[in-house]
Amino acid sequence: MERVELAGALRASQALKNLVEAASGVVLSDCYQCGKCSAGCPVAFAMDYTPRQVIRLLQLGLGEEALKSHTPWLCASCQACYTRCPREVNLPRLMEAVRQEARRRGLINEKKVDIFDQAFLRSLERYGRAHEMGLIIQYNLQSGQPFKDALLAPPLLFKGKISPIPAKIKNIAEVKNIFARARAKGGGRH
Amino acid sequence: MKYAYYPGCSLEATAKEYNQSAKIVARHLGVELWEIPDWSCCGATAAHNNDHLLSLALPARNLALAEAEGLDVAVPCAACFNRLRAAEAAVRESESMQATVSEIIGRDYRATNKTRAFLDVMVNEVGLEKIKEQVVKPLAGLKLVAYYGCLLVRPPQLTAFDDPEDPMTIDRLIQALGGEAVSWSYKTECCGGSLATARADIGVRMIYQVLRRARDAGAEGIVTACPLCFLNLDMRQGQAAAAHGDRLGFPIFYFTELMGIALGYAPKDLGLTTHFVNPLPLLEAREILRHPATRRETA
Ligand code: SF4
Ligand code: SF4
Ligand code: SF4
Repeated sequence: MERVELAGALRASQALKNLVEAASGVVLSDCYQCGKCSAGCPVAFAMDYTPRQVIRLLQLGLGEEALKSHTPWLCASCQACYTRCPREVNLPRLMEAVRQEARRRGLINEKKVDIFDQAFLRSLERYGRAHEMGLIIQYNLQSGQPFKDALLAPPLLFKGKISPIPAKIKNIAEVKNIFARARAKGGGRH
Repeated sequence: MKYAYYPGCSLEATAKEYNQSAKIVARHLGVELWEIPDWSCCGATAAHNNDHLLSLALPARNLALAEAEGLDVAVPCAACFNRLRAAEAAVRESESMQATVSEIIGRDYRATNKTRAFLDVMVNEVGLEKIKEQVVKPLAGLKLVAYYGCLLVRPPQLTAFDDPEDPMTIDRLIQALGGEAVSWSYKTECCGGSLATARADIGVRMIYQVLRRARDAGAEGIVTACPLCFLNLDMRQGQAAAAHGDRLGFPIFYFTELMGIALGYAPKDLGLTTHFVNPLPLLEAREILRHPATRRETA
């Protein structure tokens, strides 16, 4: 990161701070930077900023940097940090909020993670259920690795564990409506 | 004892042995399961990563269907359980959320019913005493670690039935079935969930850690209550071990499968023949399957 003048940065990023606080319900100043979250985070080894650092960036008015981070995209939402945080900071919710804002700004920092999620949601909107076989194929094609997990697919089929035909629920209109109404409400900031 | 039953997508596909064995043991122990008709997916991680309201509304539709029948909901999949609980809590805690969610799903859902983990129902409602009485093939000499993963026990405000750092529900069940529950330090460590698909490099490292710790603790198998954990530990085991220059061949079990075995059901009926790592040699080596009584069941 470059050198920054923090007082100015803080003023400039107030809107972003308010936005992630509102979307996640987390009060950023609750965090006193003890680092317990990061010590126990099982994905920390693969992150560019630790979970504690992501909060610090936001606290300091360096939220733009947090939006560029891969951390919110790699968070497995395992809830270890939230369970252990002495200040009950709901970090997984904060990660969600940062990631959603990054996405809105076109900052898709982990393309494959995003492709997987979007393929999953499309399957769900179309069938009302997750169709694992279709999901694997769609994900592989879009992420440019058509043969990924190819060795696993035949035994899965053979064991009767995945079906080439999607299971579709009867009242699919109801699920489509749920998607439409949730979208109309803008995903629910609170 | 009657519950609405929410299998979830995995139990219809990669986790079909979980579904089969859960239904068999429920029937055996007198728990009636009413499968929620035309249930839909809970949205899993993808929904709450992308849209908070959607992540509450998708489970709520299923909960509303059960509420209309006046039934609590039993959920085997740990991930679904977590999402259903989150929706239930959000609606119960806030009137405005109750109104918003009801509007989105087009049903009046008030969260008067409860979501229970299938494990919780078995151990705490049916009870270990009753289960113990029914054991005909004790898992004698079998050293197992209980693997809870994340979503069954965290965050505790939501999951509420066991300790988030040192849960014991599966351990106590293993003991009741006659097995040995080996203590270890990775029982609630995360396996990486769906990261294994999108970022296999990260996923296999997390998976391998769990497997290796189980072996180091002296266990012969891992017992889980989550389809995602199972898939990672069983199907991706070869890949995870190979990435670390290791070979494992470590059997993974759903707790319901082991209940079924101990209650005397045939491995095939319980789905134990569809694992990637074949668990039967271990059970045979311990002579667990040799006991005289075998019940037949077509689930
Ligand atoms: S554990 Fe909580 S208080 Fe400590 S650094 Fe992490 S978020 Fe902040
Ligand atoms: S919820 Fe995310 S940030 Fe928190 S410990 Fe788990 S992976 Fe790390
Ligand atoms: S968590 Fe998995 S199994 Fe459960 S409903 Fe959702 S996608 Fe389907």
